[in-house]
Amino acid sequence: MTRLFAIILAVLALAVPVSAQQGPLRIEITEGVIEPLPFAAPSFVAVNADAQEVGADIASVVAADLVSTGLFRQIQDSAFISGITSFSSPVEFADWKAINAQALISGQVSTDGNRLVIQFRVYDVFAGQELGNGLQFAGTTDGWRRMAHKVADAVYSRITGETGYFDSRIVFVSERGNKGDRQKGLAIMDYDGANVQLLTDDSSIVLAPRFSPTGDRVLYTSYETGFPRIYLLDVGSASRRVLEQQPGSISFAPRFGPDGNTVVYSLATGGNTDLYRMNLNGTGQVRLTSSPAIDTAPSFSPDGSQIVFESDRSGSQQLYVMPATGGQAKRISFGAGRYGTPVWSPRGDLIAFTKQHKGRFHIGVMRTDGSEERLLTASFLDEGPSWSPNGRVIMFTRETQGSAGSASLYSVDITGRNLQRIRTPYGASDPAWSPLQ
Amino acid sequence: MLEWRKQDNESRKMKLITKTVLVIAALTLAACDQNSRFDNPLGGSGVSDDFADSGLAASNPASPEYFRQFVGDSVLFLVDAYTLNASARATLDDQAQWLMDNPGYTAIVQGHADERGTREYNLALGDRRANSARDYLLSLGVDAGRVKTVSYGKERPAQLCSDESCYSENRRAITVLVAG
Repeated sequence: MTRLFAIILAVLALAVPVSAQQGPLRIEITEGVIEPLPFAAPSFVAVNADAQEVGADIASVVAADLVSTGLFRQIQDSAFISGITSFSSPVEFADWKAINAQALISGQVSTDGNRLVIQFRVYDVFAGQELGNGLQFAGTTDGWRRMAHKVADAVYSRITGETGYFDSRIVFVSERGNKGDRQKGLAIMDYDGANVQLLTDDSSIVLAPRFSPTGDRVLYTSYETGFPRIYLLDVGSASRRVLEQQPGSISFAPRFGPDGNTVVYSLATGGNTDLYRMNLNGTGQVRLTSSPAIDTAPSFSPDGSQIVFESDRSGSQQLYVMPATGGQAKRISFGAGRYGTPVWSPRGDLIAFTKQHKGRFHIGVMRTDGSEERLLTASFLDEGPSWSPNGRVIMFTRETQGSAGSASLYSVDITGRNLQRIRTPYGASDPAWSPLQ
Repeated sequence: MLEWRKQDNESRKMKLITKTVLVIAALTLAACDQNSRFDNPLGGSGVSDDFADSGLAASNPASPEYFRQFVGDSVLFLVDAYTLNASARATLDDQAQWLMDNPGYTAIVQGHADERGTREYNLALGDRRANSARDYLLSLGVDAGRVKTVSYGKERPAQLCSDESCYSENRRAITVLVAG
């Protein structure tokens, strides 16, 4: 189902006078938060009776988004002294201070047929004033979750100074069945696990999907022809086509270039795996590496000038950076262990990777020159990191051991905190995070 | 799985008699360890389905069932490795002989890896293993056009436990026969 969605942003006139003092309501994420910031998000006030349920639902999703970051703590409705009964009335800050709700999100919803309008404000309670401007979103009622995520993104952004990441989607592999014979199909969902939809059936193995820079298409690997080959799929229509079909070869590990029209990938032929790039229409194929080593898992820098990839040319899997046109590759990983699946952060500042050492797997990050390596997780099998649109959270696959082992999706903050499992209907692997929609 | 050492032609005849005796004996035994055989990647049901688990089928030296049970369709590898040890070469010697004796079949060599590695690397490693076996078959005289390769990386383990006893069985190249 195509989701057409129009958002109109309007700046609302301030309902309360601005005080001269600037509120100190701020979370600096990089400092490693000690105490989550307490907030209150009462149900959005319903202008018409039909909007009551969605008003409560929106507030719930906003609150869940903020709490999921590990940076915020929700004060439940049962603790409220007074509530928000009218969106435009002055706020009784004393009542919110008394329950230590340092941030207050107040909102209003109205529906008219399938049209939905949301307005909201954020208050710095202890400064007794609004934080930023009120905003309005309008769209169709079936887009209410996306609007709630946009509200949460605005709140998060005002308090942390960072861009949000809640109005985003995850494409992943949904998997079922016995470990020796997994049935895998492509699926897509909201970042919080809602609205799961299948993009392919599970009649042939599919692996490692990746979003285009605009989130409208996905590159992935499929065994539909009986051999691993790279495919391009349109998310809206779920139509797909194979990009490469050279007999005597297999292709895999595709990723988009930042222009959205090129693909970098691995091609294995005659027992040797190298990196290639080409236009999505199949023209302009260029071989990027020519070593007898395995060169795979390429990822572009956000500015498109470089590619990070893994290679075992030194004798074990390590990370290398080379110009996007090919050429001299510089090794950037030097710790003990094997490094793979490198992914360049959308902020350009870090590279996430999978590391294997002494029988354990880790998700880690390092600077793009290889310095300041930090491991964020450890388990029997963690692999395949993907960045949130704001470069602050990483999602990955965790697989449990044994014959009954299964895979699920997890996320972790780049400080290593707030490890969480993402609920999916079945087993899940190989997540890729979309850009902000 | 029965293993046969490489021998000269004289003892090969003797070997065939011995094999026939053993085939008859095998008919009364429980089925050999059957790795799950997923769909033939070139489409179709795969020749082996025609013969199912019938022990009688394996008594025919020109049957894929015989190939699987008595020639041996599987060679194993060490961690991260794709070189063939003596046992692997011996099995492939017999595979090559069978293929040359039975020109009505082609083969796909599937390369596999254990789960202790990342997904893309294991695809590439499986490809190395499949090609290692294929190159050796070709070096013995099997026509290049008769042998294809595919990699399944870590996607289709033969054994499911998470220790070396299973991993060693999963680092493998399997030769699957295709009629025609």
